[in-house]
Amino acid sequence: MTRADFLCLTPFMIIAGAPILLMLVIAFTRNYRVIYGFSLLAFIIAFFSIFFLLPVIPHTIAPLFVFDGFSLLFFGIIIITSLFITILSNRYLLYQESDKEEYFIILFTAALGSLILSAASNFVTLFLGLETLSISLYVLIAYRRSQGNSIEAGVKYLILASVSSAFLLFGMGLIYADTGSLEFSGIAKIVESSDQFAPLLLGGFSMMVVGIGFKLALVPFHMWTPDVYQGAPVPVTTFIATVSKGAVMAVLLRFFYAIQGFRNHNFILMITVIAILSMLIGNLLAIRQQNIKRILAYSSIANMGYLLVTLLMGNKEGLHAAVFYVISYMITTLGAFSVITLLSSRDMFADQLEDYKGLFWKRPFVAIVFTLALLSLAGIPITTGFMAKFYIVFEGINSGLWILVISLIINSVIGLYYYLRVITTLFSPPNDINFPSISPAGHLVLGIVATGILFLGIFPEGIVHLIAQFPGF
Amino acid sequence: MILLYLILILLTGGVLAAITAKWSRLLPRIISLAALTVDLILLIFIYAGRETSGNSGWWIDYRMNWIPTFGISLHLAIDGLSMLLLALTFFLGLVSVLISWKEIHEKTGFFHFNILMILAGISGVFLSMDLFLFYFFWELMLVPMYFLISIWGHENRIYASYKFFIYTQASGLLMFLSILALYFIHGRSTGIYTFDYQQLLGTSMSASVAYILMLGFLAAFLVKLPVVPLHNWLPDAHTEAPTAGSVILAGLLLKTGAYGLLRFVLPLFPGASVSFAPIGMLLGVIGILYGAKLAFSQTDLKRLVAYTSVSHMGFVILGVYAFNEIAFQGVIMQIIAHAISTGALFILVGQLYERVHTRDITKMGGLWKKIPVMGALGLIFSMASLGLPGLGNFIAEFFILTGTFKASILMTSLASAGLVAATIYALRIVQKVFLGKENTEWNIHDLSIREKFISGSLAIIIVYLGLFPQKIIDTVKPVVPKTLNSIEHLLFVDSMDSNIKDLRTTHMFTGMIKNPDMKIITKRRISLK
Repeated sequence: MTRADFLCLTPFMIIAGAPILLMLVIAFTRNYRVIYGFSLLAFIIAFFSIFFLLPVIPHTIAPLFVFDGFSLLFFGIIIITSLFITILSNRYLLYQESDKEEYFIILFTAALGSLILSAASNFVTLFLGLETLSISLYVLIAYRRSQGNSIEAGVKYLILASVSSAFLLFGMGLIYADTGSLEFSGIAKIVESSDQFAPLLLGGFSMMVVGIGFKLALVPFHMWTPDVYQGAPVPVTTFIATVSKGAVMAVLLRFFYAIQGFRNHNFILMITVIAILSMLIGNLLAIRQQNIKRILAYSSIANMGYLLVTLLMGNKEGLHAAVFYVISYMITTLGAFSVITLLSSRDMFADQLEDYKGLFWKRPFVAIVFTLALLSLAGIPITTGFMAKFYIVFEGINSGLWILVISLIINSVIGLYYYLRVITTLFSPPNDINFPSISPAGHLVLGIVATGILFLGIFPEGIVHLIAQFPGF
Repeated sequence: MILLYLILILLTGGVLAAITAKWSRLLPRIISLAALTVDLILLIFIYAGRETSGNSGWWIDYRMNWIPTFGISLHLAIDGLSMLLLALTFFLGLVSVLISWKEIHEKTGFFHFNILMILAGISGVFLSMDLFLFYFFWELMLVPMYFLISIWGHENRIYASYKFFIYTQASGLLMFLSILALYFIHGRSTGIYTFDYQQLLGTSMSASVAYILMLGFLAAFLVKLPVVPLHNWLPDAHTEAPTAGSVILAGLLLKTGAYGLLRFVLPLFPGASVSFAPIGMLLGVIGILYGAKLAFSQTDLKRLVAYTSVSHMGFVILGVYAFNEIAFQGVIMQIIAHAISTGALFILVGQLYERVHTRDITKMGGLWKKIPVMGALGLIFSMASLGLPGLGNFIAEFFILTGTFKASILMTSLASAGLVAATIYALRIVQKVFLGKENTEWNIHDLSIREKFISGSLAIIIVYLGLFPQKIIDTVKPVVPKTLNSIEHLLFVDSMDSNIKDLRTTHMFTGMIKNPDMKIITKRRISLK
């Protein structure tokens, strides 16, 4: 192992070492404050360790990992988001009677899985990362053991995710059988040379589409999303919606661009259909929902549909659009879920739309952050969501993907309707629900997220420029 | 830089208004008034210090990089047209703040925040010389307007605000697609990828592509204007909005559509505009007549006034597609006069509603005796609406019809019938509200000093516009060639073209004759039929 190898693995080692240390500490004493503080510290250290990687990239640890600007950017947002989720979990965990400390251990392993995914360049690391992530999530989703729907969500996710993992694994097996390689680059060589896939290969890829489709909650593999979003503890839902989706998207982008799937008509057809269905069904089903978590769940389905468009662009600008969209989506979703988390109390999980009536007149700051997040999801200017959609439409037109672009536009209008519904609720005459007070740390998270949403929406040049320096894969 | 300040002052004013509302109800109002007054004064300075020479008629041209990766710049520029519309924006902004003084009691901070945000968005639209920036501002004004309707509106406000938002957003996205397509077409043919308006002018593309792209722009502008099949959002939004909202909607928001036609559609797509002209004029005539008919049949006074907007905006699109200077001048005049007169009518309705708590004209009547000052002002504005000589709207409609007459006699005659219809609905307002028998024993008071001041100044402006329109005409004059030159050139070449068949389809319908020398040729062609 060279020095560069070692350096590149530092973030992994910090995030992997932290839970071990935590377990040891818990074995001696159960001090919640200490554990919480330690977790924050570990994430912060892990974040700053990324900067030490900068001089050595791009670097490959053959045949498992690749560390380039793309991986590092994802490392950064995954760790930062996890840090915020830790802060958000704090108050939420206080409602839990016992076993609060283990939560952070599992949060770390989930983050570790996500990090591995964003640097994976091999089926082995892809699968390892995905399983580390999924298994952690089974536990996290069912963490509120006393709650019925938390367990329901946990079991649902457990079954569907393991089935989808099985699909994924089987698909990988078939592809390996045909190409004899587990590395993305190795598979790419075989795929490039044939436009007509061998049946084995086609079967393998289709199985993988099912597996990945489940993880990203794309139509028609989206059934679990609303229930899990609703049943899981809100910070965990936040994690699923942001970190987990972002990491899976990262590896999907890397894999798809490596094998140049956008050149193959099978993929083009498959992705076009899945993308349009996800946008349409996600948005249509969101319209009638009364539960804010379910609305956001369906909205995430639609958003993943928008993101799929970037897969077919087939140039490095398309990749840049995708990265910008993921970043912007993660910030925005983090904002929306932070509000829900911070407003939930021991006896009330603020998830019904009605609970939010007149929030603006009671808690103007929180409502403004929520409104910004919703406007960003709807893609209205001055928010990052607008720039992200603009980027996709822009590159979509550049690549001539007219059907997908027009479908995206139509769906934005449909989506607008239910986002407006939530916003209208926020500004309608207030009800008599008393929300718990929000800690300074909570305010800080909201403030940072709102600034992020506005900053990327008004001055996107900095980050766009940063992303634009990435080479294609 | 001063142009950027115009917008920034409004934005900061809005934020300050929202913050200071905590301490006082009065502070947001004063801050809004101050911000708008400062802007108005700055605008006067810009007008006084203008240099029309060179720089293709722009008084000030300010440019700064914004997102260079995509070729987006913060490019603002002002000329006579923008100046007039900005003056209108700030003035009506002041009026909206003043009329809300007593009407809005709750959440004053957020109310004034929204007002100033809308005005900032509108000012941005009138100043942007970069298509991306233009779209950015175009969308920016929607959200606060949505809040204005959905929070401070009347009974059916939620429905109206959704409708407003979704209509305008959907049509705006179509324009956005067109902007992007234009960007790429220009980029691919010249290698310069930019959203800059002046560079995108004269992009070469095939006629059919230009036509499709133009339709994208038209979707946004015709919904805003609105033109008849797309006008559905307007009566609801106008009726349900608070008075200040209605004034801004009718006085400014609709005008952004007209501005878009003049500034973007005609110069960017001259060829496509010429072939769209017959349809455009027809839509205008339909709007004039249909709007007037619907206005006549309303019993809700506010809805009635809303439909008169549809009718008056019909004149705007009619004038735009006449492609000559006098019609162009008429369009500008109509934009201003309609903003003042309809704004004033909405204010009148608001004042009436405050007193009698109904907008149903069948329940009113005989109010003149109780509130003579309001009655007199109501009479002036109704007369303005029907186009009485001596008032601004007369000049506007007269110019438009004169200009259109050169382009299409048939359309002009039909449009003139709209004036008769306008007389009917305008007189109906006066008759039902102020004259006739008194239905109920109202116990009401006449206008307060503040209200007299607002409506009085609007009345003075409308009379001034009617008597001394030359100032406006002179201000706009340098803008006319920028807008119409490419089209006049095209019409000329078109008539010279030996392709008779093509000519017939475009010119037979409207009888469009531009160049006096060509008159004979065109006439002969018609007789060939």
